[in-house]
Amino acid sequence: MERQSNQEEVNMKRTVFLGALALSGLVAGAAAAATLDDVKARGKVNCGVTTGLVGFAAPDANGKWEGFDVAICRAVAAAIFGDQEKVEFVPTTGQTRFTALASGEVDLLARNTTNTFSRDVDLKFEFMPTNYYDGQGFMIPKALGVTSAKDLDGATVCIQTGTTTELNLADFFRANNISYEPVPIETNAEAQQQYLAGACDVYTTDASGLAATRATFENPGDHVILPEIISKEPLAPLVRHGDNDWGDLVRWTVYALIAAEEYGVTSENVKEMAASAGSNPEINRLLGTEGDLGAMLGLGKDWAVNAIAANGNYGEIFEANIGESTPIGLARGLNAQWTDGGLMYSPPFR
Amino acid sequence: MSDTHAQTAAYVRESMIGQSAPPTGQSGAIRWMRENLFSGVTNTILTLVSIYVIWVIVSHLFPWFANSIWRADSLTQCREIRDATVGADAPAACFAVIVDRWQQLVFGFYPQDKYWRPVLALVVFLAAIAPILFQSLPRKALWFSAAAPFLLFFLLWGGSVWLPVCVALGFVIGAVAYRLLVASAGTLTATLAAIVLPLLYWLFLAGPLDAALTAVAPVGLEYVQSKDFGGFTLSFIIGVAGIALSLPLGILLALGRQSHLFIIKMISVGFIEVIRGVPLIVWLFTASLLLNYFLPPGTNFDLMLRVIIMVTLFSAAYIAEVVRGGLAALPKGQYEGADSLGLDYWQSMRLVILPQALKISIPGIVNTFIGLFKDTTLVVFIGLLDPIGLTNAIRASTDWNGVYWELFIFVGLMFFIACFSMGRYSLFLEKKLQREHR
Amino acid sequence: MSSATDAPRASFRLSQLIYDTRYRSITIQVIALILLIAAFWWLINNTVQNLAMLGKDFDFSFLGARAGYDINQMLIPYDNSMTHGRAALVGILNTLLVAFMGCVTATVIGVFVGVLRLSKNWVVSRLMAVYVEGFRNVPLLLWIVLIFALMTESTPQPRDFREGGSASLLFGDSVAITNRGVFIPMPTWGDGAAILGIVLVVSLIAAFLYRRYAKKVLFDTGRLLPMTWPALAIAIVPTVLVYLAFSFTTGGVRMQLMGAEATEGQSVAAYAEANGPLSVCMPEGTIKLNMQRMLRANDIRYTEKDFATEEGAVQAFRNGACNLVSVPAASVAAFTEGTDLAVAPLAETSPRGKPLEFEKPVLGGFNFEGGVQVRNSLIALWLALSLYTGAFIAEIVRAGILSVSKGQSEAAFALGLRPNRTMNLIILPQALRVIIPPLISQFLNLTKNSSLAIAVGYMDVRATLGGITINQTGRELEGMLLLGMFYLTLSLVISGAMNVYNSSTRLKER
Repeated sequence: MERQSNQEEVNMKRTVFLGALALSGLVAGAAAAATLDDVKARGKVNCGVTTGLVGFAAPDANGKWEGFDVAICRAVAAAIFGDQEKVEFVPTTGQTRFTALASGEVDLLARNTTNTFSRDVDLKFEFMPTNYYDGQGFMIPKALGVTSAKDLDGATVCIQTGTTTELNLADFFRANNISYEPVPIETNAEAQQQYLAGACDVYTTDASGLAATRATFENPGDHVILPEIISKEPLAPLVRHGDNDWGDLVRWTVYALIAAEEYGVTSENVKEMAASAGSNPEINRLLGTEGDLGAMLGLGKDWAVNAIAANGNYGEIFEANIGESTPIGLARGLNAQWTDGGLMYSPPFR
Repeated sequence: MSDTHAQTAAYVRESMIGQSAPPTGQSGAIRWMRENLFSGVTNTILTLVSIYVIWVIVSHLFPWFANSIWRADSLTQCREIRDATVGADAPAACFAVIVDRWQQLVFGFYPQDKYWRPVLALVVFLAAIAPILFQSLPRKALWFSAAAPFLLFFLLWGGSVWLPVCVALGFVIGAVAYRLLVASAGTLTATLAAIVLPLLYWLFLAGPLDAALTAVAPVGLEYVQSKDFGGFTLSFIIGVAGIALSLPLGILLALGRQSHLFIIKMISVGFIEVIRGVPLIVWLFTASLLLNYFLPPGTNFDLMLRVIIMVTLFSAAYIAEVVRGGLAALPKGQYEGADSLGLDYWQSMRLVILPQALKISIPGIVNTFIGLFKDTTLVVFIGLLDPIGLTNAIRASTDWNGVYWELFIFVGLMFFIACFSMGRYSLFLEKKLQREHR
Repeated sequence: MSSATDAPRASFRLSQLIYDTRYRSITIQVIALILLIAAFWWLINNTVQNLAMLGKDFDFSFLGARAGYDINQMLIPYDNSMTHGRAALVGILNTLLVAFMGCVTATVIGVFVGVLRLSKNWVVSRLMAVYVEGFRNVPLLLWIVLIFALMTESTPQPRDFREGGSASLLFGDSVAITNRGVFIPMPTWGDGAAILGIVLVVSLIAAFLYRRYAKKVLFDTGRLLPMTWPALAIAIVPTVLVYLAFSFTTGGVRMQLMGAEATEGQSVAAYAEANGPLSVCMPEGTIKLNMQRMLRANDIRYTEKDFATEEGAVQAFRNGACNLVSVPAASVAAFTEGTDLAVAPLAETSPRGKPLEFEKPVLGGFNFEGGVQVRNSLIALWLALSLYTGAFIAEIVRAGILSVSKGQSEAAFALGLRPNRTMNLIILPQALRVIIPPLISQFLNLTKNSSLAIAVGYMDVRATLGGITINQTGRELEGMLLLGMFYLTLSLVISGAMNVYNSSTRLKER
């Protein structure tokens, strides 16, 4: 008798599973419909981020995600819902990120992902405007006295797996006809530990990552970043092929952040400027005081205002998360506005 | 004898000497040490080597622990405190990271004002599992065990209270259908009805009923998404759900493997061997990368559920082997006795064989659970934030970048406490079963 | 089930398929089969539809495409211009290597600890209990990560081996323990190596045969022949003699370094200065090793071109592939006359080499060069797997020994057997029958757990085929399928082989 009840209990547990299945079916809905409709019905944007990279995405003590990539997700959520908290962050690894996007688990992947031909064409994704122009660099202890990456013959190199980094590295050393020993590591935190203990001579990843990593060392001055940047790594958010409306929305949200910096619209003054039409028609169109660009995206008039108000314009996001005032201390460099000699250039809002 | 002595000897002691203490080398700690530690050359060497090993470990770890810093906001601050108090070169643990982030390690991103829900869920779980594990408790308590899964689901995920109620109703329908039909229409029809009716109910009625009830009486807790689960809560949920859901499938597979029906046997053996032959990590990658390929286009549900499905299939194969061991351990006379009573296959299994076989399988099932609980750490590789995944996330914040051992020691200790106590229980159970068999 | 009653054949009704026990089992099986086929059809159909929706196909041709990434540990030659298939093979071999090493070490640790846990020595048995419980109750992944970090932190960097550094080489400058791995000397074969190998194999067989003979004599006549020393002598002495013979004959021959466009008797340093960057044609084996040593001693920088045979190296030199080569000192004259090139012997010679020499690791620019590097990732994974599985095996061994009834050892003592003979002849053979079945499943677990190599960056098959390849090509369905098939085959082969062994040691019951 007692065994029988146990059996029943076990059977009942199986239903929880059925129930959960039904429930998540209700919540997730079908991926085939238009993404924006899905997002609106769900009331949240699902945004894929890294499981943790200093300055780009990491949860704080309260579980609130913060970082440069995170701010892009928040801006998109704010543009759609007027509320930057209406976003759900899905941590993805280098291995699982593309599947998560392809399968519809996330609507948008903002995970310092390099824009490449094969990812765009073969893996069937659509890259948004580059939000960070990066390149692969090398960090090495000062004590080794190396000044150029060409002197690295025979060096042991720590790399993160599942990235374009390992391919760039192979190409670089092959092109220069020098040998190296790769040590593949799964996460940035582990790679850092290996590098500091001297298990590898060189640590290579995107230059931004190197700077971010170096900033947290006990003695940052003991390490140098070599001048060679061996690859182009335009890091950009990406969405699935085939839903151009959604792609447009994300693309122009990123552009809005970039344009806002160019025109001097900040999180401080955006509400004020949006209150009434100003003298610059471009700003007026951006902030919805003239024309209705938002409606063309299927959003409200104040979509860009909300996106900018969430975490500020591109420059503000940069400064707050990875800029020179933060421990990471990255200079704008290529990521300055085109007016300052950088590559950040938004097409006109008209 | 004493009489003769009394006449021949000049002096006879009349009272016994009081017992004197054994020589110092033969008593107390020294004797114990001689017998236990230094009884021979080999033993002496072994003892000395062991003591040296212990010394090396302790002398390295002790200062690190003794200097540990418990209150700081970041690793940099930890280092400043260390430099100020014990000097820059001294080893010092920075356990401040645990103080700062222990809630995250335990509960993941579960909303902080709702921590009482997982805690209560743990209490409910322990109360529900107790009557199954300890036979001395009243059998009526098993009804609570049967209801517990629905309660646990409701507590953890929240949402409308009517969803679990409506799902549970399906089982009631099945049971009632069986009871009503078994007398009039025979076992076969009754069993069929008990399977088909609830299925129909779940497919067509449960959804609308839930919606209607929720509209009429919106009772419930705030819904918490699977993505917010993390840390030990996540490990525990995956482990418990995996074992509990896999039991029925595991028992069926074990019976299938023992079956005389060739095709059934082949299917069971094939399933068990394929699942057991491939590492869990490959199955988890399958869950994360491939499961969407195998389901109808457009189906999409969250990663945690996909992992639970995969873990359920995985542990079902292991449970099947444990139960098969239990079935094989029963004397043949039990099977023959059940047959001679005229019971059919399912009756003999249900009433005679399985109750005994499952009872002796419980230690094995607990061990399988310990293994599965430890293996849940592998979900870190597909991006779920279990305790180890969270250590990565914590180290990615600017405050704690560079912290290493403290987090791993904490996680290891928590796992040790949980697994060790479960292992002790399983050992106790094995001993008890052995006594009963004698 | 088998209580079939004779029913008249003629009156078959459809309902008999359900109610007649003779037919019911067939009905059930047919239904099960139909359900199974339907389930498979459903899965495959979904997959086909999903693939079509994503615009992908099901195609294994990516295995023939260029891989483009490097692997640090290769048991077979590989570089990034080879195919994904080759990379997968390198990964498979790495998996097999760590699984095999792990199984052996885990067994040794397990037996050792299992016996020590039963020791009367309080300290030892407690220490072993702590080890067993500690490893059994903490996730393997955590142990792998911790052991990897511990090794990285506690061993010296190659830098520390420089002049004035804190670390030094072990065993006469031949072994370096660093936090990038352990560097050990690599055996290099010279003239007569093949003969040496044959002699060794033959003498090992002879030693084995002698032991069998001695045992037969013992059982037949009761005469106890000495076993250990004669067997050792048979195994070792001939090999040593052959080695010495070769060392004194061909080992003494000098190789003369020849330079193109050189003046006779010029030193190699002067030649390097006059003729610019040097490239040296070298045959594999001890000739190369000794040339390297000689050039290093002269502090010469050069590029190396390797050839399988001496003839190949000489031929390449004649074709102008390099400007240095070495020939036996005796044939210098013949060599210079037989070519149109202006070739002259330089001042340096090097020994031809003994049948077996060891290439020691030497500190180079960043790291040790030469020798064999056993990487930290391999050691950490290997250690963690062995220690973790060893803890489980220890419990199995302990239970096995305890399962042999005490009367057995008492009877053995009563017969006058000494304790170690009692263990070897009485206890262990009986305990083995209990130990082996669970041991098989531990070996399987270890092999499967080797896929946790991901945590330390060891390039096993999951990291190559199941990791980088899938990630670069986007072929997750095909890749995971191949990966699963590999592990499944491996598991079936191991359990099959062990089951054969198991049934051969099983108690033959009447």
